[in-house]
Amino acid sequence: MNFDWQTLWFVLVGILFMGYALLDGFDLGVGALHLLVKTDTERRIFINSIGPIWDGNEVWLVTGGGALFAAFPEAYATVFSGFYLAFMLLLVALIFRAVAIEFRSKQPMKWWRQFWDVSFSVSSIVSSLLIGIAMGNLVWGIPLGADHEYAGTFLGLLKPYPLLLGFTTLALFTMHGSIFIVLKTEGALQKKLKGWVKNTMIFFILCYVITTLATLIFIPRMLTTLQQQPFLFIVPVFNVLAIANIPRNISRGRGWGAFLSSCATLFFLMALLGIGLYPNMVFSNPAPENSLTIYNAASSVATLKIMSLMAAIGLPLILSYTVSIYWVFRGKVKLDSHSY
Amino acid sequence: MDALTLSRAQFGFTIAFHYIFPPLSIGLGLCLVAFEGFYLSTGKKLYLEIARFYTRIFGLIFAMGVATGIVMEFQFGTNWSSYSRFVGDVFGSALAAEGIFAFFLESGFLGLLLFGWDRIKPGTHFFATLMVCLGAHFSAIWIVVANSWQQTPAGYHLVGQPGGAIRAEVTDFWQVIFNPSTLDRLWHVFMGGWQAGSFAVLSVSAYFLLKKKNIEFAQTALKIALVIAAVASLLQLFSGHESAKVVSFTQPAKLAAYEGHYTTGPAPLYLFGWVDEKNSQTHGVSIPGLLSYLVTGSTDAPVTGLDAFTPDKRPPINFVFQTYHAMVAIGMTLIAVAWFGLFLWWRGLLWKTRWFLWVLVFSVLLPQAANQLGWFSAEVGRQPYIVYNLMKTSDALSKTVKAGEILTSIILFGFIYLLLGVLFIYLLNDKIQHGLHMKEEKGHRA
Repeated sequence: MNFDWQTLWFVLVGILFMGYALLDGFDLGVGALHLLVKTDTERRIFINSIGPIWDGNEVWLVTGGGALFAAFPEAYATVFSGFYLAFMLLLVALIFRAVAIEFRSKQPMKWWRQFWDVSFSVSSIVSSLLIGIAMGNLVWGIPLGADHEYAGTFLGLLKPYPLLLGFTTLALFTMHGSIFIVLKTEGALQKKLKGWVKNTMIFFILCYVITTLATLIFIPRMLTTLQQQPFLFIVPVFNVLAIANIPRNISRGRGWGAFLSSCATLFFLMALLGIGLYPNMVFSNPAPENSLTIYNAASSVATLKIMSLMAAIGLPLILSYTVSIYWVFRGKVKLDSHSY
Repeated sequence: MDALTLSRAQFGFTIAFHYIFPPLSIGLGLCLVAFEGFYLSTGKKLYLEIARFYTRIFGLIFAMGVATGIVMEFQFGTNWSSYSRFVGDVFGSALAAEGIFAFFLESGFLGLLLFGWDRIKPGTHFFATLMVCLGAHFSAIWIVVANSWQQTPAGYHLVGQPGGAIRAEVTDFWQVIFNPSTLDRLWHVFMGGWQAGSFAVLSVSAYFLLKKKNIEFAQTALKIALVIAAVASLLQLFSGHESAKVVSFTQPAKLAAYEGHYTTGPAPLYLFGWVDEKNSQTHGVSIPGLLSYLVTGSTDAPVTGLDAFTPDKRPPINFVFQTYHAMVAIGMTLIAVAWFGLFLWWRGLLWKTRWFLWVLVFSVLLPQAANQLGWFSAEVGRQPYIVYNLMKTSDALSKTVKAGEILTSIILFGFIYLLLGVLFIYLLNDKIQHGLHMKEEKGHRA
């Protein structure tokens, strides 16, 4: 493993998608749970818990897409055109989600609110599933031609392993979201939600164990880099510790500890995904010689250098305003005249 | 229909729908900065009320822009993957820069703008408003850079790839950014945005005045917006002129199509007309020598005509001619409306001239139409190329995506955008009608 510009950008694109998983992950999770609270006030608390921040969270996905386009245009072109219908569905879900949040509380009619509540929740669930399925396909590998074009079909994307990863992602986001919403609520509602955290946690850990076993059995190539660089074994170890730390914190009533552990879980899972894929961007299965690697998919080094300068200027700015905005909106949700 | 037609239709229709919102964010963002700036400097509550009212409208517009904008970021890859492979090295970095420098700024501070009124100090809130407005402008910068590079590519070279494909790679990033058409087009887009935003405020204010509601509120907002509209409309004339001059030497086929100018030589300027593409003739009312004068400074200087290009290298001429002329006509109308408004204000007649207030109510549609028409003429005028003189649109498609799949997505987006469009108008109207007195209402209505 050499550390070069392509590797740097593999890591940076990974960080953008990790930022997305970490941040939008909890608001997708809040959406997935939305229909399980029944009263209007509770639902407004759910939406307003993510109200001021969901939009910024989604920018991580958009920027991740842009960075992928700029740094690895071949991978961007192959994946986006190859997963055409899947991405169209994801776009539809993201559109509905955005307007559902904005539209829902703007009219008092019951049917109106119910319609947008269902839209918000279903689109959150569908987005989580599709993101997981897309990742699952990257791990499992998709058939590529010698011209790097996707040589399969839409239904070919729905193999068991990618589907499993879809559910694992949904479970992970739901757990992440339930831990988040506990932090943003109080009183009887919070007490009820605390009960849910346990269920989502069990659901996730179950999915996690199955996914891990399936990966070890069916996709041993995900371990290649780990075996070459044994020091990287700290990543799976920390990952397991982070997961174990969630129930520990919850049983002691430490909401923040649980949330940070959940963030760490996402962080290490994404890191594992990156380590497993490296140096491939899109693994071709069958015909591995057609795989897109970080070298044959990358832009020129000149472009990667320019982009690195942009990232060096941009990332500190992004982090500073993300942190300050989260700081302003810290604390429990209070509904007021500006709320959704 | 084939994949090419369908993909072009899909891109055209999704971008046109999306482009209703960004210019409004740009222009309304500027108006918000003005309203809140007046509040901070005078301390008058009225300005705060105006700022809050239009912030709520801004939130709705922004959400629509975000929802429809994600589609654009993905569509290069889904529908135009051959294009993406060819230009990713150059074009991709502009899109990534938009995310890094504009979107984070915009959407981060938007939360403060919408929900921060009672949580942060007025000065901090003003800063957030300023950042959202800046973010909207930054976003336009990078998109115009990317699109201008398609019109007037610079700062790149073509490099063969191991698989035999060729792609454009960056040689000079500054030349990519400041390619020959970037600055003039950027200014043109900014002014189009300022017009869209300021005429929206004019329209709402005039409506209130006609309905005798919120009189002082409406008059104050109207005066501020009128000044912005007047300045932007006049500057738009100059930026349009400069843009057309650049087109005359960077994309002569496009300029010739704008004016239906077939024979290289001194060129007239058509006020309106019709291009008979079959017989290569343009009919209409024209001023002889004016196009020559405008692009070169001399009435008898030759301007390259369409005869310099074989038919397979010409854009659709009448379409481009009509969209371009309609845009110019609207631009002139907007100058007249805004400056006549200033005149009435000066004479103290503005609030009494009811017919003019009605004109203002409907004037909101004009910048919208001009923005759309302008983009249609710029983009269709670049045909048959997707990157001028480098790559044909027909070579840019995704090879793996079938016509049926594209048709499915068009129907899907068509249905959704129709729904969104109707709901947007409905909610916008609701906000305008009740927005001023909506305080604390949501809780009671719930």
